[in-house]
Amino acid sequence: MQWMSPKEYEKMNQKASPPTPVWKTVPMAFLFGGIICTIGQLCSMLYQNLGADLETASASTSITLIFLAALLTGLNVFDKIAKIGGAGCLVPITGFSNAVVSPALEFKAEGLVLGLGAKMFVIAGPVIVYGITASVIYGILCRLFGW
Amino acid sequence: MPEKVGKATIKLGSSPSVYAFAAVGSKKEEEGPLGKYFDIIQQDSFFGQSSWEKAESQMQKQAVSKALEKGSLAPGDIDFIFAGDLLNQCTGSTYGLRELEIPFIGLFGACSTMAESLGLASLFVDCGAAARCAAVTSSHFCSAERQFRYPLEYASQRAPTSQWTATASGSVIVAKDILPPYVRSVTFGTIEDLQIKDANNMGAAMAPAAASTLIQFFEDTGTNQENYDLILTGDLGFVGSRLFRELTAKKGYPGVAEKHGDCGLMLYDRENQAEIYAGGSGCGCSASVLCSYILPAMREGRLQRVLFMATGALMSPTVVQQGESIPSIAHLIYLSAQPWQEKGEGSSWNG
Repeated sequence: MQWMSPKEYEKMNQKASPPTPVWKTVPMAFLFGGIICTIGQLCSMLYQNLGADLETASASTSITLIFLAALLTGLNVFDKIAKIGGAGCLVPITGFSNAVVSPALEFKAEGLVLGLGAKMFVIAGPVIVYGITASVIYGILCRLFGW
Repeated sequence: MPEKVGKATIKLGSSPSVYAFAAVGSKKEEEGPLGKYFDIIQQDSFFGQSSWEKAESQMQKQAVSKALEKGSLAPGDIDFIFAGDLLNQCTGSTYGLRELEIPFIGLFGACSTMAESLGLASLFVDCGAAARCAAVTSSHFCSAERQFRYPLEYASQRAPTSQWTATASGSVIVAKDILPPYVRSVTFGTIEDLQIKDANNMGAAMAPAAASTLIQFFEDTGTNQENYDLILTGDLGFVGSRLFRELTAKKGYPGVAEKHGDCGLMLYDRENQAEIYAGGSGCGCSASVLCSYILPAMREGRLQRVLFMATGALMSPTVVQQGESIPSIAHLIYLSAQPWQEKGEGSSWNG
């Protein structure tokens, strides 16, 4: 198509394409992220009241949220919540749980090894790779500078 | 006999007949405005199978079987079958049609495959290589999601420009017959690429291909939109349709907008059905709209002359991740309720 340049077409495209409705998605993400963190806080307080120290209570809270998100993913509910809550559901640890469980469910049709096992970290993998890389770099810097 | 007209159009002198057709859909397609016109609706999107790929294969087989049944034909009556879908290795077609034992020609034209297969089937019949050919395509939301995007349960929000892959299939039988509608010509499109890189905006990627093929057809035949009842694009959706109308208007055909319809906007109700966003898409979208609504309307005489132009984004997720843009294609089928005549009305492109 020689009578239209990609640059000119991009301008037309931007005019024709509806933008993400941020006036709706951002407050919803704030609300849902806040709700999830509040549930986490309540869990933490509950575990501390039951006699756990802060560190144990924090770890238990993470485990609880991971479990709940995995369960809701398996029950076909989590993605429906996230359709409304958006990044509010993804940024807390619940998003990570969903990112591992959903491919595990999806690819179990191809078997436990080459399907579920191989594809389980297809979404969460990069988070783990760069998370570990960052922690190694931070560890080296701590050692060098005595932080 | 086929005769080349202009640069890319082939006139099919014998006007092959679109003899029988059938459309299969699932729940969301039934809820859409065209739901009641489908031949088969499967509430179970697994189609009684154990995986999404098997479900799509089963759906495509049902579409062909239903079209054969409606035409009182057996698989052995079909000389060649042209088929394709969106999955790697055209899984839906190869696995769905393997039991039918019809000589098989697998095609990949992304969402343009319905026009591609119908065009080739008509050409085979017109040139005398076959008495009857079948053309079929399908797409399944769930098999497409897992191949091109994310697992179904993954918590993601879709972009407003994204489209919903139809869980649908359409099949036609083309034959030397006297049943309307007739295929008067086919125009094969060129690969167009205006550097759209957003895989969530296929409509924008495909609109230039649709505009280019339509304009080529107009130039080849010396006609314009006034000669047709409907210019039907495949799955441009809301964004792509708007761009298609703007592009054709810029090139001197502002009237196209009045005759334009888009299968992606007809299959679903964007306002009242959840998550449709910019409209429907997938090989099954244009195929099922054609076979459920357009072809019956032509047979009953409610539509006389239709330009069916399925559009395909020839996207490879791998290459797009490498930073490439999305090339697109559109093929045009000129369908008419009247066959070509020797002389007088119906003998020229204009009438």
